[in-house]
This record gives sequence, C-alpha cells and structure tokens, in this order.
Amino acid sequence: MFARGLKRKSADGEDSPPAPPSYSLQRQSLLDMSLVKLQLCHMLVEPNLCRSVLIANTVRQLQEDLSLDAAWRLPAPPGAGRGPLERLVSTDILCRSPWEQQGGHSAPDSGGSPAPDLCELPGAPSAQAPRSAPGCAWEADRPRGGFQASLDQILETLESRAPRAAEGLFADVDGPYYDLDAVLTGMVGAKAVPGDGFEALASAGAPPPGSSCKRDLGELDHVVEILVET
Amino acid sequence: MLLSLPALHLQTSEYHPLLQLPHGRLGPWCSPTGSPAPLSREPGCGEGSWILVCRLLVPTQVSLLSMEEDIDTRKINNSFLRDHSYATEADIISTVEFNHTGELLATGDKGGRVVIFQREQESKNQVHRRGEYNVYSTFQSHEPEFDYLKSLEIEEKINKIRWLPQQNAAYFLLSTNDKTVKLWKVSERDKRPEGYNLKDEEGRLRDPATITTLRVPVLRPMDLMVEATPRRVFANAHTYHINSISVNSDYETYMSADDLRINLWNFEITNQSFNIVDIKPANMEELTEVITAAEFHPHHCNTFVYSSSKGTIRLCDMRASALCDRHTKFFEEPEDPSNRSFFSEIISSISDVKFSHSGRYIMTRDYLTVKVWDLNMENRPIETYQVHDYLRSKLCSLYENDCIFDKFECVWNGSDSVIMTGSYNNFFRMFDRNTKRDVTLEASRENSKPRAILKPRKVCVGGKRRKDEISVDSLDFSKKILHTAWHPSENIIAVAATNNLYIFQDKVN
Repeated sequence: MFARGLKRKSADGEDSPPAPPSYSLQRQSLLDMSLVKLQLCHMLVEPNLCRSVLIANTVRQLQEDLSLDAAWRLPAPPGAGRGPLERLVSTDILCRSPWEQQGGHSAPDSGGSPAPDLCELPGAPSAQAPRSAPGCAWEADRPRGGFQASLDQILETLESRAPRAAEGLFADVDGPYYDLDAVLTGMVGAKAVPGDGFEALASAGAPPPGSSCKRDLGELDHVVEILVET
Repeated sequence: MLLSLPALHLQTSEYHPLLQLPHGRLGPWCSPTGSPAPLSREPGCGEGSWILVCRLLVPTQVSLLSMEEDIDTRKINNSFLRDHSYATEADIISTVEFNHTGELLATGDKGGRVVIFQREQESKNQVHRRGEYNVYSTFQSHEPEFDYLKSLEIEEKINKIRWLPQQNAAYFLLSTNDKTVKLWKVSERDKRPEGYNLKDEEGRLRDPATITTLRVPVLRPMDLMVEATPRRVFANAHTYHINSISVNSDYETYMSADDLRINLWNFEITNQSFNIVDIKPANMEELTEVITAAEFHPHHCNTFVYSSSKGTIRLCDMRASALCDRHTKFFEEPEDPSNRSFFSEIISSISDVKFSHSGRYIMTRDYLTVKVWDLNMENRPIETYQVHDYLRSKLCSLYENDCIFDKFECVWNGSDSVIMTGSYNNFFRMFDRNTKRDVTLEASRENSKPRAILKPRKVCVGGKRRKDEISVDSLDFSKKILHTAWHPSENIIAVAATNNLYIFQDKVN
C-alpha cells in the first residue's frame, strides 16, 4: 500500500536487485494496457459500449492520477537515465514476468508492498495541489534532453492522446464502428489524419529538440509495432 | 475446448430438507458484510441439501441418448439435432428463465436458438421422475443479420428471454438479441383434421371427377407436436445493444433497454415504441455512464428501475412525465475509501438488477458483491453479500484477461428468503437472508453423479489449504456461471454452465 504523501526516495541503480514494480510503473502499464484495450475494441466486430466506457473512465482516472503525480515530482538530476520512456515496453512483458526496473528509474519506490498491486490505491489524492501548479511546473522546468524531457513527452502525449482517446471513441459511435481511420483520427484529435495516428502525435506534440524527437519517434514506432502485433 | 457430453436424464434421488428450514446440517455461513467463517469440521456438517436432478445438453443428441435407459424421446424435437459430436460456441447458453408456474424452463443460446424444457408430470407409476425437465420445444429465434448501413454484423445471441403470464392454452415468450425483440407463441397440437374431400390423406389434391361421396372432416388424435411461431417482431428501435427486457404487470406493455435508452412497447404495436429513458449525452464525448439492466416493478405498472455502470440504481415513475430522465429515487452507496483503487468504478458497475417478488426490495449484482436494497432507503443497501471477495487482490489480472467485465446475474427464490448468483470455476452461491448462512456449490460433470448430494465447496484464501478446498489460483476463470434461474414456487434451480444446463432440487416434504 502506498501512502500518498510519502516523499519518494531516490534509488541508486547500482546494487538494487530486480525490485518489485513501483507504483508509477504499475500505473503506467495499466494505462498502456487500457489504451491497447480501447484500440482493440474498435478492431472487433462491434465494441461493447459498456466495456469501452468503463475502460475509458479508467484511463481518465489514471491520467488524472499521473498528472497530479507530476506536480509533486522534483526534477531528477540529469543523467539519471532514460526514465519512463523505457517503460513504454510491451504490456505483455510488464504484466507477466517479474518486473525489473530499467536503468535508473525516475520514480523510486517508497518501499511499499512487494506485490505488484495496483489494487490498493492510496486514498483519494487529497493532495490539494492547485491545478495551476502542475501546469506551471511542467512549463517552468522543462530542460531539454535527459529525464525531464522524456517525462514531459510522455505526459503531453498522454494528455493529448488519452482524454481524446476516450472522446474520440464515442464521437462516432452512431456511425460505423469499423471505421478505424475515424477512430485514430478521433484519438489524435486532429482533422483527417490518415493512417497511423501515433506518428502524427509525435509531431503534433510539444516542440522538442531534435534529439528527443527522434527518440520519441523511435519509441512510438515501438508502440505502434506492439499494437499492430496485438 | 468444449467436448460433447452425453445427455443424461437422471433419476431424482433421496430428498433433503429445504434450505430454508432452520437446520443444523447446513454448511458454512457468514454474516452479510463480514468475512466467511471457517468451514466447520463437525461430522455431518457441510453436507449440502441440494441434489442434481438432471443435466441437459443443448442440443440433445439422439445417438447417445439411446444408451441411457428410461429416456422419453417422445417429445424431443428431432429437427434441431446435430451430426457433429463436438459442442460448438453456438451452444453456449446465454439466458435461462422459468415461466410463471415453473412448468416450463426456457434457455437461449449464442446461436440464436431457444430451447424450452417442460417439467415431467407427476404420475403414480413413476414418482421418481417428478422434477425432471425434458425438451419440449426447440426453435431458431434469431438469425445472424447484417446491418448494411453500418457494415456490421448483428449477433444472433439471445440476450434475454421473458415469459408472459399464461392466458390461454398457448405459451408466449419474448426473446431478444442485440437489436430485435420477438414475441413467440408456443402451442401444442395433438389433433388433426382427417377426411377432407378435396385432398387425400397425403395432402395431394384429388381430381374432383373421382369424388363420389361427401364426408365431414373429423379431428383425430395425433402425436403431440409443439410448434413455435413468431407472432410479433419489434425491430429497429435500438441503436445500441439491448441488455434487458421486462414485461409489465399490466401484461399489455413491456420495456426494452439498451446501453443508453429504454423503450416502452405495446404488445400489439410493432411499428412504434415510446422512449422513456434517454441518457445519451448531446456530445458523445461526454459519455461516462451506460444503462446495464432494467426491470418493471412486479405490481406497480408505472414503476421501473434501471441500473448503471457507475453502480447506481434509479427508480422511475412513468406517471411523472413522458420521458423519465429524472428519477424518482436514486440508490447509491457511498464509496468505501479503504477499498479504493483504479478498478473501483469497474467493479461497482451493476450487471443485474431484480425486484423481489414482494416488490419491496431490489437486488443488484456488481462484480464482487450482491446487495439488497429497500425501496424506501436510497443511501445504502440493507444487506451486502460477498460473492468472491478473494478476487479483490486479483483485479489487475482480471482486468487484463477481461474477466472483470463479466456480467453475472442474480435471482431471488420464490419467497424472497434466499438469493443466488454465480461465480467462477462453475461455482454458484446461495445466501439465506434470514439465517445469514451461505453455501457455495459447483455445477460440474465430474462432481455430480446421479443421486449425488451436492457438496459445499470452499475457496481457500491463503495459508494452509484444507483437503477439500480449492485455492484461488487454481480457479478456472473460463468456467463461469453467469445465468441461473429459480423456480417461482419450489426449490428447483437451473444453472447454466457453458452449454450445460444443470437442474438441482431440494425435497419438498
């Protein structure tokens, strides 16, 4: 069980054994899993509306939690590692095998329960961080490159992707469910973006410097690959 | 994979006391909101009082039936038998419902078929056969359709069957798939006219020149034939998938509910329906809640309830306004902060709502619990029963394999004293509201011999596993009991496990 207000210790990566997944890793994987489920929904004959709604609500909740979390997180020293980008790994791997922390992780475990247990959430984040603060925090310290940029990329991608992922799902529910293009278009939130929405996202996201952009595209390609495979 | 199982019409065996009678022999019990008491090891305790009456396979196969003795094949409708020996996905039972007298039991399956079973009549010669159900009629209710406008296939799976109260010699039932509701008339024919003048015995026309005498056709007895005819088709009224139908107590109207709307129909009128609930937001992007089940009050024809995916129940009065978007009562239990997780909303989604026979209570089923609500108290249920709380720590895995979205149904017994619902591993649970006792039973081929007494099952949560217990990790999540039914007046229950229909009974003495 993770107490919501606990300060996270920064972990040293050298001699930590494969630790149980941290809260944020679990949350991230749950978010990925949910997004994949939403996508797969629409590839089926006709999506079950109740299931889609429930998954979309879960995504929103996760994303809210993620964004609240970001408000608390202090920028880690640069060179702390690739950070959360590494965690956009296959949902498959995350949910089955014992999880290992990839390189230096940005969200050190607060020493919570060993069981990969997203089922125990800390009580409702009564963290009263005013909404404006997270936004400022993001905009204010956004160092280029390194960990923070990666985190920003993720959060922005998620921000732009996830809520509209849910919305885009239902926007066209009266129309043909089969229209995958429409779904992806809806998810991107852009107008008539043909083909793969993710790459459009990468470019539509916040303007990063060249190096992180390339890395993003690489990671997004990886995600697309996973989705196509699944 | 599903394998074919021989259909068995089993003899009923020694009877056992009613579950409701206060009896020391009943199995483990638990308080409604507490954790289950450990299984007592007293001798004689733990012996359940339910016995298997028969296990019926849908569809039945004549070749295997002949191996069993005492099979009454007279009523089996041969036209729906299959050649292949493997049960297919189309045979998975998707709904079970007794009619109002309990004489008939209808099942619908994924292949769009309805099979009706009839209770064996009690006779002096074969008193043991009373309580058995045999196939009475089989018909194809819905066919797969293709929606050309949306380029979508419409599944033929029967989502719900509801009987109409019997008003003449024929039986009427409503069956629905995702989009279309149909009213079927099931009637018997045991006489036929013979002695036509213009037709011969085979039905061929006779040459009028050969007719020299006239006769009056007479009705002669024939082999009983049960025929089902569609009397009404109520189509094109639902954009989303129909999840519930409910016959009103006025017997003139019924409602059908999909994810976002509820429509009111008159049985006689098929080309229009009234929309009485519409929760579709103007902007679909704002959709966060859907309708999951709906039912009319058993006595008040103006009252109905519907449940939502957010764990709320709304009671509406049709006299208040034409469109019942504003509820009369709103039932919701405040969230327990200690149990909060990312899955809280999903597991609070109500999968079934049922009025008690008395009309005073409603029962709701969400993923982990069954709750009984008093209509006069909206802020919390009066009783909460844990169905399988040991799954609470497994929600992440259950979310991953989609089991968390399984929709379990729940049923009342005739006197509203016992409630029943299904679980995984072919387990189903009964809760006695008066004695606060509960029992877990299993509907499976291996453990149910003819005349066998059902042994209560127990899931071991942690620590040492006792001999007869099963650990949580050994549960088979592909074997789920979603659909059950309870006879309206007797202790006979029907439990659907994939393509098998189990009928269990208590003794009435």
